[in-house]
Amino acid sequence: MGDMIVVQDLVKNYGDFCAVNHISFTVPEGKIFGFLGPNGAGKTTTIKMLTTVLDPTSGSVRVNGHDPTREQKQVRRSFGIVFQDPSLDDELTAYENMDLHGILYGVPRGERHQRIDMLVDFVGLGERKKDLVKTYSGGMKRRLEVARALLHTPRILFLDEPTIGLDPQTRNHIWGYIQQLSRDEGVTVFFTTHYMDEADRVANEVGVIDHGKIVARGSPAELKERTRCANLEDAFIALTGHAIREEEANAVDRMRIMGRAWRGGGRR
Amino acid sequence: MKAIYILCVRQLKRYVRSPARIIGSLGQPILFLVALGFGLRAMFARAGQGNYIDFLSPGIVSMAILFNAVFSGIEIIWDRQFGFLKETLVAPVSRMEIVLGRMLGGAIVAFVQGVIVLVICLIAGFRITNSPYVWLTVVFMFLISLLFAGIGTVFGSVLQDMQGFPLIINFIIMPIFFFSGALFAANGLPKALQLLLRLNPLSYGVDGLRGACSSVFAFGLATDLAVSIVLTALLLAIGSYFFSKIQL
Repeated sequence: MGDMIVVQDLVKNYGDFCAVNHISFTVPEGKIFGFLGPNGAGKTTTIKMLTTVLDPTSGSVRVNGHDPTREQKQVRRSFGIVFQDPSLDDELTAYENMDLHGILYGVPRGERHQRIDMLVDFVGLGERKKDLVKTYSGGMKRRLEVARALLHTPRILFLDEPTIGLDPQTRNHIWGYIQQLSRDEGVTVFFTTHYMDEADRVANEVGVIDHGKIVARGSPAELKERTRCANLEDAFIALTGHAIREEEANAVDRMRIMGRAWRGGGRR
Repeated sequence: MKAIYILCVRQLKRYVRSPARIIGSLGQPILFLVALGFGLRAMFARAGQGNYIDFLSPGIVSMAILFNAVFSGIEIIWDRQFGFLKETLVAPVSRMEIVLGRMLGGAIVAFVQGVIVLVICLIAGFRITNSPYVWLTVVFMFLISLLFAGIGTVFGSVLQDMQGFPLIINFIIMPIFFFSGALFAANGLPKALQLLLRLNPLSYGVDGLRGACSSVFAFGLATDLAVSIVLTALLLAIGSYFFSKIQL
């Protein structure tokens, strides 16, 4: 088993600001890797570079042996992703969302229909697959996104804060699916979260990033031992300090807040 | 190719499932048709210009297409907000395929809205002359749809949020509509406005459409067709270019 993700000396600058500052790490195939860090530490920027959305300033990245900048299509076929924010089409049914995804990823018709049925059952949405996604709760949408990310049988699953805002039941379910997948099919999982208890429970290995630099690397047990803390949350704070980080809202965030105010609902 | 097809189908599904949008976007054309068409009919006839409804209807159909096509492009902003855009942008298909599917879907939606408005105009008394050009009605309607789906895509790609939307409508789309010859003919206008009308991409679509219905072309059929085709191709290319520059 080789390394599924190899990052060497990766840098991303936005003007004068250095979001990711010469980081290097590897994620072995089949492992569940937790990428932890305070807000604005560089987690999402790193994920964007790994998933071909953003070009690095310098350094090298290999995902499933391919370079995300030059071999976009190969890299994109290798991974499935659950974004930090929802990314479903609310006006389509769950099945249509899945089907559209399968067509975009070139999954042949027969296999596509079979896998969609299998996956919606896997995340417990079989009964509701013909319903419009706008009738779904936040937790159901998340489960559907996990199912969708798996449709084209990716080798790597990226999860950017997949359980944010969900109740403990749904969180447990989602991690249950992911652990099962890792165990049964050897899918490599790369996730970020702010829930340290989750990282402690599911991650084989974690990397802690702060101010664009990797400050610690190892299994949750090793990190706790190194910092002499009883739990990963204390270890995390020992590593990254107590200061609260401020992040600037971008245009999309502002609009999302506006949209929420209009609809009067909670998190979507 | 399949990506273009499925993204186009998606736009159509969203359209069919939103009766509020279908009916809502008929309001403005119907208002103009009834208020201006019947309001100015007597004056138009007294000036010896014939039936104003016959003159106005192609303009009203163009208006419906214009607004719907531009709106379909602006929908990129909603997809960005609701996150669906990301799903398509990380898929192993080229941006070109994505944007072509979107523009085609948006153009078909606008075209269908145009057909609905055309039918309403016919009910209101619009008469199409029996001419050899009648089949070109469909051609010009679709060219206008594609052209403005391209322009809408430029706006949708450049704008970060909906704050800029009223700006686009009031300072670009409304003037395009009012100075396209949709409501009044070019002759008799001050020189500056005539020039504006000549530079307006919609003018050629409106004139072509009106000519196809009445066999009287102000700019000439060849000019209308050539300008519309060239501009449509150009705007589809520019729309694709701006879409390819979107950063997540």
